[in-house]
Amino acid sequence: MSLFFIVALPFFGALLPGLMNSAGRAATAGVTFTVTLAAFVGLLTNLPSVVAGEVVMARVDWMPLLGLNFTLMLDALGFFFALLILGIGLLIIAYARHYLSRDDNMGQFFTYLLLFQGAMVGIVLSDNILLLLIFWELTSLSSFLLIGYWKHLPEGRQGARMALTVTGMGGLAMIGGMLILGQIAGSYDLSVILQNRELIQADPLYVPALILILLGCFTKSAQFPFHFWLPHAMAAPTPVSAYLHSATMVKAGIFLMARMWPVLSGTPEWFMIVTTAGLVTMVLGAVIALFKHDLKALLAFSTVSHLGLITMLLGTGTAFGAMAAMFHILNHATFKAALFMSAGIIDHEAHTRDIRLLGGLSKLMPVTFVVAALAALSMAGIPLLNGFLSKEMMLEEANHTVLFDTPWLVPVLATIGSLFSAAYCFRLIGHVFLGPVRDDYPAKPHDPNAGLWLPPAILVVLVVVIGIAPFLAEPFVKMVTASVLGDTASVPKAHFKIWHGLVPALFMSIAAVVGGLLMLSIFKPALRLWNATPRPEAKPIFEATVERAASLARAVILPLHNGAFSRYAAIGSITIVAAGYHAWSTGTISAPTYKMQPAGIIPFAGWLMLVAATFGMVMMHRNRLLSLILIGIVGLTVSIGFVYFSAPDLAMTQFTVEVVTIILLLLALNFLPNKTPTESSVLRRVRDTGVAIIGGIATFGLSYHYMLRDAVGVPISEFHVANSYKGGGGTNVVNVILVDFRGFDTYGEIIVLGIAALLIFALTETLLGGPVRARLVNRKPDQLRAGNTHPMMMVVLTRGMMPVVLMVGFYIFLRGHNEPGGGFIAGLIVSIAVVMQYMASGFGWASARLRYPYHGVIGAGVLIAGLTGIGSWFVGKPFLTSDFTYVRIPPFEKFELATAALFDLGVFLAVVGAVMLSLESFSRIARQAGPDDSEHAMDIDPSRDDPARALDASAKEAV
Amino acid sequence: MELLVASAIGVLTAGGIYLTLRLRTFPVILGVSLLTYAVNVFLFTSGRLTVGAPPILQDGVDVYADPLPQALVLTAIVISFGMTAVVVMIGLGAFLGSDDDHVDDLPGEQSQTNESASESTS
Repeated sequence: MSLFFIVALPFFGALLPGLMNSAGRAATAGVTFTVTLAAFVGLLTNLPSVVAGEVVMARVDWMPLLGLNFTLMLDALGFFFALLILGIGLLIIAYARHYLSRDDNMGQFFTYLLLFQGAMVGIVLSDNILLLLIFWELTSLSSFLLIGYWKHLPEGRQGARMALTVTGMGGLAMIGGMLILGQIAGSYDLSVILQNRELIQADPLYVPALILILLGCFTKSAQFPFHFWLPHAMAAPTPVSAYLHSATMVKAGIFLMARMWPVLSGTPEWFMIVTTAGLVTMVLGAVIALFKHDLKALLAFSTVSHLGLITMLLGTGTAFGAMAAMFHILNHATFKAALFMSAGIIDHEAHTRDIRLLGGLSKLMPVTFVVAALAALSMAGIPLLNGFLSKEMMLEEANHTVLFDTPWLVPVLATIGSLFSAAYCFRLIGHVFLGPVRDDYPAKPHDPNAGLWLPPAILVVLVVVIGIAPFLAEPFVKMVTASVLGDTASVPKAHFKIWHGLVPALFMSIAAVVGGLLMLSIFKPALRLWNATPRPEAKPIFEATVERAASLARAVILPLHNGAFSRYAAIGSITIVAAGYHAWSTGTISAPTYKMQPAGIIPFAGWLMLVAATFGMVMMHRNRLLSLILIGIVGLTVSIGFVYFSAPDLAMTQFTVEVVTIILLLLALNFLPNKTPTESSVLRRVRDTGVAIIGGIATFGLSYHYMLRDAVGVPISEFHVANSYKGGGGTNVVNVILVDFRGFDTYGEIIVLGIAALLIFALTETLLGGPVRARLVNRKPDQLRAGNTHPMMMVVLTRGMMPVVLMVGFYIFLRGHNEPGGGFIAGLIVSIAVVMQYMASGFGWASARLRYPYHGVIGAGVLIAGLTGIGSWFVGKPFLTSDFTYVRIPPFEKFELATAALFDLGVFLAVVGAVMLSLESFSRIARQAGPDDSEHAMDIDPSRDDPARALDASAKEAV
Repeated sequence: MELLVASAIGVLTAGGIYLTLRLRTFPVILGVSLLTYAVNVFLFTSGRLTVGAPPILQDGVDVYADPLPQALVLTAIVISFGMTAVVVMIGLGAFLGSDDDHVDDLPGEQSQTNESASESTS
């Protein structure tokens, strides 16, 4: 199966559990299991090529210019991890099906789980490190959802937040490291980077890159000093803990260290940082684990400890160390997942995970006892179980590792770590399962059904099989090791054996096991000593750090970002002018290429009107109605200016838009106060005037200079003029540009317009659905209402005008291609005709006669325009290619048929729909507040008042 | 002529900026409308000023006003109507919901309410 499918399956499959939720729990779990199984089988189909030593690749260029490609690669290392992720994933899904209670939303759980699974598989199969980073962040996000799955538990939420913060910060550091690495190697493809060991290690940026990448790995894999998030993540449901903390999430950091091993390892820096961190983590985790009473906390710290062990092995930088690390990853995944699931079973059956409340469970839960005891003994390093083998290899490697020039340091610490490790394993068995049966369990424990114990049992079978017959695992582990090592070293010859003879590792092992037993026998006094020792608590420190960072951010941001819009606007204006001034003063200004055109008296009169109206508006803006009239004058003058400067289409558009804008603002002013009170101080007004004058002078200067000079580049307008008739079949170049040359632009614009109208509609709905509605109903108008709201004269007049205006609109639309006009202008004209009916005859009367809802009109417009564009596909042309022809139907003159006209029809409909939907929404608010809106068009209607006619009408109604 | 148009753009911009800096929603909306005029006219003038030569092709005529800025400004005018309507709606909704049409959060007030809210939850 293609690698794309293996990665994509969990992501697409994540849609299914949510859909299946209503079909029942078994179906939901079943579909999740099937999806994972499909990916698992797909992975296995690639096994022959991997065994043959090939690297399976799959590649799609995504953003090649950025070096970001969707490149996947499957070698033995990736195969190994993907096998763990999907294989253990299958067991976890089966287990979770029985673990989750009926109150839990199973669809949600499995959706998160599959998302996480997909992200993990993505990490281990990525060939491109940028792609890897994306999947890396996805695991942080999806694990956040999984850890916080029990949203009602504060520990769950806090744990999830902490995990996200720590791993997210690490991810951020890693992005930096990976970018540096990619810059050094000249490629973001792993297959290239892994070939460039010498180049990368010789680069001065090697150490920063190494530290940043290791920060990412250490946070993810919970290495000291970032280990503290992992135990808090235990608030998650146990299947999540078992999955995340045995085989997947925390192994991602380890995976990356192994993946980067050929290029990053082998230097003193790598050795010092990685080995030290691993060693400290291993010992610290093991010691803390021993004294934890919560079963899952114990396992969490033991996970931390074992991750430290693997990290230390990778840190040594030797081939043998890498092999031991790979072997231990396999072994740890098997026994730790089994242990977590056993802990879940105990929690599920006994309703507690507190070791102090447990004991004697071996007689009550024999099956669970066998499973858990075998897994724990393996973790303790008892022979004939797989944990023993890799632990021996670890001790062997530790024996040869010299840190800080002290030969005894690593072996002694490794032995101490193993000693505590053995001690907590013995405590787990002794204090939970052995001892007398108690009668005070929170619930009566008994063995669960097979659905819960079978998944861990399968893993324990593996634990035993590998432990007894290590040669079965040997070829596989060596194959994986070979792919870790790459070309840097050859796979060690050493065989996996239970008995190596009387080597130092054996004595260290014996010391650890015996010491562990002794430790358990003095557990009570040791615990008292432990409790008496002061220790830093990670959670308060973490929270204090977060709080300090937040208050620092507040201290910086609040003074700058205080919520005062006018302050931002002022700062923005000044900044823009300053930037412009900088360009002006440093750039070169060419000589004018145009002569100034003479201006007659009429342009000057227009200018005077515009300036006077603007000044009037500024001076008298407190009177809002007056300022509306003044802005109308400004708009009209601008339209006239467009006519004067040869832009008839613009003039018509500006003119009609002006009308609907004024209506819109009037509708709004119906509710807003009519006066703006004087609030700002004189100083402030002076400041604002200053800012305004500076901005005005700057734009004046810019446009004046601009108008008298040629453009820097060659304008493309000539093309449009030359091809308008030949190519577009229209003589109105502006319209041809709109519907043809730049049709795609226009298409986007009508969509934006439609969205804006829908937004207004949605806002109105929200307002009218909320508390505002009651406020509107009880609102007292601040001014007297007109006595005759729908005057007869106006009703009669607008009705007579309606067909005329519609005809004008139709005419303007049709002639648009060749004369000033077109869909935009026609749409606005028709809107005005309809608005007039609303204004004259009232909302109730007009909307009762509305046949199509305006949403539909917008949709129809966008659809018609879009389908017209798609139509050109059928003749093998790109989207929105237009065509036209001339036809003659006697007795008419020859006329033109163009597909562009159809597109323009879409524009027309979208504009009508959008304008009307906006205005209608405002009117609906007004209708809530106003007096009962009659369905009669006229307040005084002679035909209603005439008794004879009224009788006639009622007789008709009776029939 | 160019001087007249350029100074008109300047005056519109100055008026627009001044009104945008006011404290209530309505003048701010009017100010933004003035700025819209200024920007549209400015874009239009990038085709330079041409009198009496609309871009309607005719036989025997060679000089036309630049059609491209006109087409761009035409859609800009329509879109700006949509945007004005949205902003007016937002302003109206805010006023109806809170009986307050200030555009500024008074400095300090916001953070205080936040703090008291977080105190009460914790």
